[in-house]
Amino acid sequence: MKRFLPLFALALCSVLPVVGLNSYAMHIAILVIMWATIGMAWNLLGGYCGQVSFGHAAYFGVGAYTAGIFYSKLGLSPWWGIPASIAVVLLFSFLLGFVVLRLRGPFFALATLASGEVMRVTAENLDGFTGGSLGIMIQERTWVGKTWYYYIILLIAAVTFFLVRKLMQSKLGYYFLAIREDQDAAESLGINTTLYKTIALCLSGILTGIAGAFYTNYMGYIDPNVVFALHDISIIAIMIVMVGGAATYWGPFVGALIMVLLAEIIRSVPGLGAAHQTLFGILLIVIIIFLPNGIVGDSKKLKRLFGFQRASS
Amino acid sequence: MYVIRLEVFLQTLISGLLLGGLYGLIGLGMTLIMGVMKIINLAHGELMMVAMYIAYWLFVLFHIDPYLSVFIAAPLLFILGVAIQKYLVNPVLKVESILPENQVILTVGIGMVLANLATIFFTSDYRSTPVSYATNAFYLSDFWKDSPIELSLSVPWAVSFVFAVVITIILWFFLSKTDTGKSIRATAQDLDAAILMGVNVKRMRVVTFGLGSALVGTAGCLLIPIYYLYPSLGGQFTLIAFVITILGGLGSTVGAILGGLILGVFESMTSTYLSMGWAPVGRFVIFVACLMFLPGGVASLLRKKRVGK
Repeated sequence: MKRFLPLFALALCSVLPVVGLNSYAMHIAILVIMWATIGMAWNLLGGYCGQVSFGHAAYFGVGAYTAGIFYSKLGLSPWWGIPASIAVVLLFSFLLGFVVLRLRGPFFALATLASGEVMRVTAENLDGFTGGSLGIMIQERTWVGKTWYYYIILLIAAVTFFLVRKLMQSKLGYYFLAIREDQDAAESLGINTTLYKTIALCLSGILTGIAGAFYTNYMGYIDPNVVFALHDISIIAIMIVMVGGAATYWGPFVGALIMVLLAEIIRSVPGLGAAHQTLFGILLIVIIIFLPNGIVGDSKKLKRLFGFQRASS
Repeated sequence: MYVIRLEVFLQTLISGLLLGGLYGLIGLGMTLIMGVMKIINLAHGELMMVAMYIAYWLFVLFHIDPYLSVFIAAPLLFILGVAIQKYLVNPVLKVESILPENQVILTVGIGMVLANLATIFFTSDYRSTPVSYATNAFYLSDFWKDSPIELSLSVPWAVSFVFAVVITIILWFFLSKTDTGKSIRATAQDLDAAILMGVNVKRMRVVTFGLGSALVGTAGCLLIPIYYLYPSLGGQFTLIAFVITILGGLGSTVGAILGGLILGVFESMTSTYLSMGWAPVGRFVIFVACLMFLPGGVASLLRKKRVGK
């Protein structure tokens, strides 16, 4: 039963558009799946490999800008940005990883945080190439309806999910866990920690970059303050994993569902919209103090709290 | 032509050093907290923003000079820091979790809440305190009648710089001469040894967080006569504080000041000769270069020299 759960979920998701949801509900569904993809990518590096990154906006933005520049400079369809972003983000994250992966713990966190900010400033200043603060506008949209966008992001998310799961059941996954638990011990066992951390960073970056390229295609407009945003991209990616559960397969989905719905609810209540960062911040603090392993990771604790599993445990 | 170039260069150097004094004060708070707690406080800039709003409202409502509001804002920030440490950071230190960086993420959350609350209550307008002496300046030609070049020194900048220096000296005396200061340094150097020597480590942590917040609060009050204020200014100063801390060497008081001065001069030079927009990129380059080639910061250079002698 449990083995087929992902396939069930995938089947369920793929019939969703057939039910006839309205355009707004489809938009929410697309956002949830896109954020779940970013969450899974973050989880690969942060949750499994233990390298907490505060700068996933850098990869997201580079992916988004790859698609945008393909359109604005080369005149190609921005869909080419998705395969192209794989190469571009791979190169970018390899170079960045060469620098930041020498650092550990809090230093790594800060270097990544700064890298996201630096990319934002660079994109703002290179206005001949990126369009500066004006951003890039995709003039002609591929589809008016949302169904195809939904299937594309669902495909990306499904591939990401199975890739992450396959990876974590392979030798590589055990290396990642070993690095997370104790990097020195892992190194003394003969694991080339720098190599495997670079692999984790590149994979995580590529998956985030693909989501970014999709974002350009879907939203049709990008600018440095949107795609390289610290609070709206990097921190949200962390929050999704923290809320859902670090180092769990389903955590990013749960987290993305909660965060996107929460953001929409907050936005729709009049007078509350301005306070969304306060509420997110409080949620983050509460989760860290009371559910440090997220909803999925601490599900036993939650069940006990609500009195489900008392008899068995 | 050369005279003008020299003038521009010297003027840039002066404003860089003045800015660096304030940066040093911001970095001091960070370095204290990092040295003792071994965590990075990503809400550092936001705490400064809170202090700046305190100074701003004191000026607007009660016409208290921003320099005097240091004596009100710093104690308030001390209390805020103690509260954050006691009720938020300490509980997290006890929690077992997969990710070790929980406290860092926690401080991000605190920073988000502070910045957003400031936006809600005070709107995101840019504000400044129009003090009467804001545009006063000392000119070189006032002192030396026929000097070939003309340099100026803004009064509020100079006053802020002097304040920063005085506070740094007081802090240095506090850390090296008093019992509490020595306990703080002991906690930073070796936690277990400090416990064995009967230092109340828990209290020292609380005091340190409060002290760090008070220091950055002071920096905020000194900054407001010469800078403008808006709710999201914290993030950029958190990064600055961190770069200074790394540049100076972790937990080193002298290092933080030197790091602040270096960064101040560097930024001033970038904005004169390159463009203001590139300053954050330059900061990042310094940060990474420092971590890779000089991991102990400026403090390690100083130490090496002393040993060499």
